[in-house]
Amino acid sequence: MKPTHFVLNGKKTEIASPPMSRLLDVLREELHLTGTKEGCGEGECGACSVLIDGEVVNSCLVPLAQVEGAEVRTIEGVIEDPRFKVLQSEFVAHGGAQCGICTPGMIVSSASLLEKNPHPRRDEIENALAGNLCRCTGYSKIIDSVEAASK
Amino acid sequence: MKTNAAEFDLRTPATLGEALALLGEPQGKWRPFAGGTDLMVLLESGNLMHKNFVNLRGFKELRGIEVSPQFVVLGALTTFSAIQENELIKKEFPCLVQAAAQVGAIAIQNRGTIGGNIGNASPAADSPPALLIYDAEIELMSTSGARWVSYDSFHTGYKKTLLGAGELISKIRLPRTTRASGRTVHYFRKVGARKAQAISKVSVAGWAHVEKGVIKEVRLALGSVAPTVVRGKNTENLLKGKVLSPALYEEARSILGGEISPISDIRSTDVYRKRIAQNLLSEFLEHVGLDQ
Ligand SMILES: Cc1cc2nc3c(=O)[nH]c(=O)nc-3n(C[C@H](O)[C@H](O)[C@H](O)COP(=O)(O)OP(=O)(O)OC[C@H]3O[C@@H](n4cnc5c(N)ncnc54)[C@H](O)[C@@H]3O)c2cc1C
Ligand code: FES
Ligand code: FES
Repeated sequence: MKPTHFVLNGKKTEIASPPMSRLLDVLREELHLTGTKEGCGEGECGACSVLIDGEVVNSCLVPLAQVEGAEVRTIEGVIEDPRFKVLQSEFVAHGGAQCGICTPGMIVSSASLLEKNPHPRRDEIENALAGNLCRCTGYSKIIDSVEAASK
Repeated sequence: MKTNAAEFDLRTPATLGEALALLGEPQGKWRPFAGGTDLMVLLESGNLMHKNFVNLRGFKELRGIEVSPQFVVLGALTTFSAIQENELIKKEFPCLVQAAAQVGAIAIQNRGTIGGNIGNASPAADSPPALLIYDAEIELMSTSGARWVSYDSFHTGYKKTLLGAGELISKIRLPRTTRASGRTVHYFRKVGARKAQAISKVSVAGWAHVEKGVIKEVRLALGSVAPTVVRGKNTENLLKGKVLSPALYEEARSILGGEISPISDIRSTDVYRKRIAQNLLSEFLEHVGLDQ
């Protein structure tokens, strides 16, 4: 099988898996980066959010062949970034995480928002996180956390 | 359910020419694969019937937004996010921007393409009604060349299109119309279950050019009210050349009710869909009638 090459959290990576493999499965099962979660498997919940060339995507909807040459960042990479450490502490401080299944996706989507728009309004935060579902917090604590992190 | 990815092929040819050659192989063995936001859902649910796909994402020829005095031309791979960021489209084709902003949430808009929205041929898709009111044309390309067709003629039945064997959608163009006088009205509204990620129950796009109270030109398009996205041509014909009046309002609502044929499904009933479509028409006509 022809290997696929991409940059993962800053490191050159090469992987020989079928081209139609979901990026989500490659990350979790081949590369053992289990911070990226699977919720719905069909683009609805955002638990599997990662950044490809700086843009949020659902890794359950991206086939491996389409990351050839791309730069991929997962929650493991995002949280090492000094700019986004504050997201983690604010999620803790404001109760933005309960069971935690949605949290990596929430943080990845929030990081992408803050990268483009460092001081978003509340409705901009809501829009940026509209594709990230949470069954625990009722969202307002998550919005509070992101708002605090952007201050 | 976990699908076995090894049963599928997703080939990335070096050139568009090679991609077209694969698509041209007999029996439609190879199918286009763009953003994958429709195809990957089918894959995961075990409903992806085709096995061999051609990855279009790398081809520059299918990307980008170009502007000439006559047209705005969008490559088929233009994402919904790119549409929303384009200043000229915002200004001249606002309904397309509004439709793009309604397609799922940001992660879907970053990945999903306009060509895929058309190629998927769902009657509930969001960009097609906007493309219809702007008189879009689409370019279909194969190894034997390219041809432009009017988008209005493209959808021929439920999930049936003019796309011939070996063809892909390469470009979409919108004619730029400037009117010396009068006023133009752009209207788009999608009614769904919740804001983000909702599949439409009904969507309506409308465009009109009004001069001294007279509706000189009008186009109306609807999603989720028929086996394909449709123009409301009988309603348009009624309105054209007329001055709005309460009687005309009522007549337009009833003609629209007669020319659409919504279905009942898990998302909604036919009666409810017809009512929403008529109410959205009223709202569009209120915009048309403003400041008279
Ligand atoms: C969670 C979620 C929410 C969604 N919400 C919406 C919504 O609100 N509104 C909406 O309209 N859609 C929605 N969609 C559907 C989807 O995102 C859109 O239809 C999108 O435009 C598909 O584009 P794509 O590039 O991802 O297509 P793909 O999945 O790559 O392809 C879709 C189909 O089109 C064909 N195709 C792709 N490109 C071409 C081409 N250039 N020429 C010919 N055929 C082609 C493919 O062969 C395939 O049959 C949603 C999807 C998901 C997963
Ligand atoms: S697992 Fe990918 S969006 Fe839910
Ligand atoms: S914290 Fe449990 S799903 Fe969000």
